[in-house]
Amino acid sequence: MSSIKEHFEIPGRFKQWSLGLMGVGILSLIIGFIMYGNVDHGTRFWATLLQNSVYFLLIVNAAMFFICATTLAWGGFQMTFRRVTEAISISVIPIGIITFIILMCIVVGGKETIYEWLNRDHVAHDEILKGKSGFLSPTFFTVWSILTIGLWIVLGMKMRSLSRSIDNTPLTIEQGKKYMFNNTVWAAIYIVWFALTVASVTPWLWLMSIDAHWFSTMYSWYTFASSFVSGMALITLFVIYLKNKGYLELVNEEHLHDLGKFQFAFSIFWTYLWFAQFMLTWYANISEETIYFKPRLIGAYTGIFYLNLIINFLAPLLIYMSRNAKRNYATVTFMSILIIFGHWLDFYQMVFPHHYPDHVPMNLFDFGIALGFVGLIMWRTGLALAKYPLLARNHPFLKESIIHHT
Amino acid sequence: MAVKKFVVGYFEDEPELFAGVKKIRSAGYKIHDVYTPMPIHGLDKAMGLRDTSLHTAGFIYGITGTTTALSGIGWIFNSDWPINFGGKSHFDLPAWIPITFELTVLFSAVGMVMTFCYLCNLAPFVRKHHFNLRSTDDQFTVVLELTAKSNEGEIQAFLASIGAKGINTQVAESGWWLGRYDKDKTPIGTSLA
Repeated sequence: MSSIKEHFEIPGRFKQWSLGLMGVGILSLIIGFIMYGNVDHGTRFWATLLQNSVYFLLIVNAAMFFICATTLAWGGFQMTFRRVTEAISISVIPIGIITFIILMCIVVGGKETIYEWLNRDHVAHDEILKGKSGFLSPTFFTVWSILTIGLWIVLGMKMRSLSRSIDNTPLTIEQGKKYMFNNTVWAAIYIVWFALTVASVTPWLWLMSIDAHWFSTMYSWYTFASSFVSGMALITLFVIYLKNKGYLELVNEEHLHDLGKFQFAFSIFWTYLWFAQFMLTWYANISEETIYFKPRLIGAYTGIFYLNLIINFLAPLLIYMSRNAKRNYATVTFMSILIIFGHWLDFYQMVFPHHYPDHVPMNLFDFGIALGFVGLIMWRTGLALAKYPLLARNHPFLKESIIHHT
Repeated sequence: MAVKKFVVGYFEDEPELFAGVKKIRSAGYKIHDVYTPMPIHGLDKAMGLRDTSLHTAGFIYGITGTTTALSGIGWIFNSDWPINFGGKSHFDLPAWIPITFELTVLFSAVGMVMTFCYLCNLAPFVRKHHFNLRSTDDQFTVVLELTAKSNEGEIQAFLASIGAKGINTQVAESGWWLGRYDKDKTPIGTSLA
């Protein structure tokens, strides 16, 4: 395979863009802190940081979930671009640390306007919050956040090092079987931890506890679907970018088609969960539950509420339905960007209506912070792509991926 | 239905079949059909078949289902028999979505199955000629149609040259007819080899 370009060199423009976007992020952070940092207990400032850091952490973490889920399923199609997903998942380390710092600033710093359960006097007089105080307490929050982010990082590193460990040692069939078994075990451990974090407890703590009285058991699944579909969109964007630059010669429309299918399918899955959560609340019409949807559905957030549905459901449904659309690089690029933006908006309307029920405070500050995270992902992923070979050349399933055909 | 003459050859293995089909097409012979024991990836491309339109049909059935459900429920709850359900409005979209979804799926699924059966002539008592019974077991059968321009001996020699294991000529119904397998035999299908 001497004709395959295995080593990515970061193009100058890529580096400039990523550094520029990070600069925009830092500038927004400083300006935002000056403008909002001390106004109204800094609610506006910390809510924006919370939304963006959690969103971007979950979508880069979805890359590692993708690796582990396909490993467990003994899937082979992703092997030609597996190193791209691995590179994206490395961004969990910096973004995870940033998210943890932000969460600690909020919880240890006692930002009661963000999480009302931080206020002890308030909790003592509130029967519902008193009942939840074991779960919604700074101690549990801190311990669980450390475990969540720490184990994502550690298990992710293990999966990546397993993948790189055979780069220079071709395997025999027996060794290949052992290697696959070993991979399966570690992927399974990651998936279990993923189920306990993203798919259940962590979104309850980080996002749902903003509306501390309200709860929904669908919430974490819904967050997971949101982050997974935009994680797939992120993977697709990197694959298309590298393909455009002349790398990843073995990736073709067949792989693009499958990535498009993932985005299509999980957009529908997201809608299913979104609707299941909404319809039960709407049908029962109990005021404890409808309080969550009131500002979103018939308040200031109506526009975002419907835009969210249009971007994340109607657009993927109608545009991605045909086979040709999923095999067209331009359409897939456009849809991937749209989906990432759409789910960013989804996270926006998860966080803000509780703090600002009367108006939507969105302005350039939010977009600046978001662009900063985009720059950080580009920078870290670019470094990781340049450091390691782009092809997992000795993986037993590589051939399956090369001849992949849908 | 038309009774036609066919030259039939079979291959023992998949790679030979692929190479054979490619050579037959480049030599310009008309392939009537290829019968294989299992679905084979890429054979449709090798045979030059166009993409199926079944999914387009499925989409049309699907939106028919959506329209049926929405207009049906809308008519019932708004003009035919308006009932007050717990103070909800009569035009109550969220409550209709599950049924709309079900009817969309039902229409597109049933419609596509029926269309598929129609396209493949599958129905009770519909019979088709079997060129080689072992193509349901372990042989890959290629059937070429004899036209006015093609020569039987020449095609047989050609099939032999590209490695077909068994070759014969059959006169058979090209379409379908009604009948039952245990009672009647193929009306014409006589093997000449």
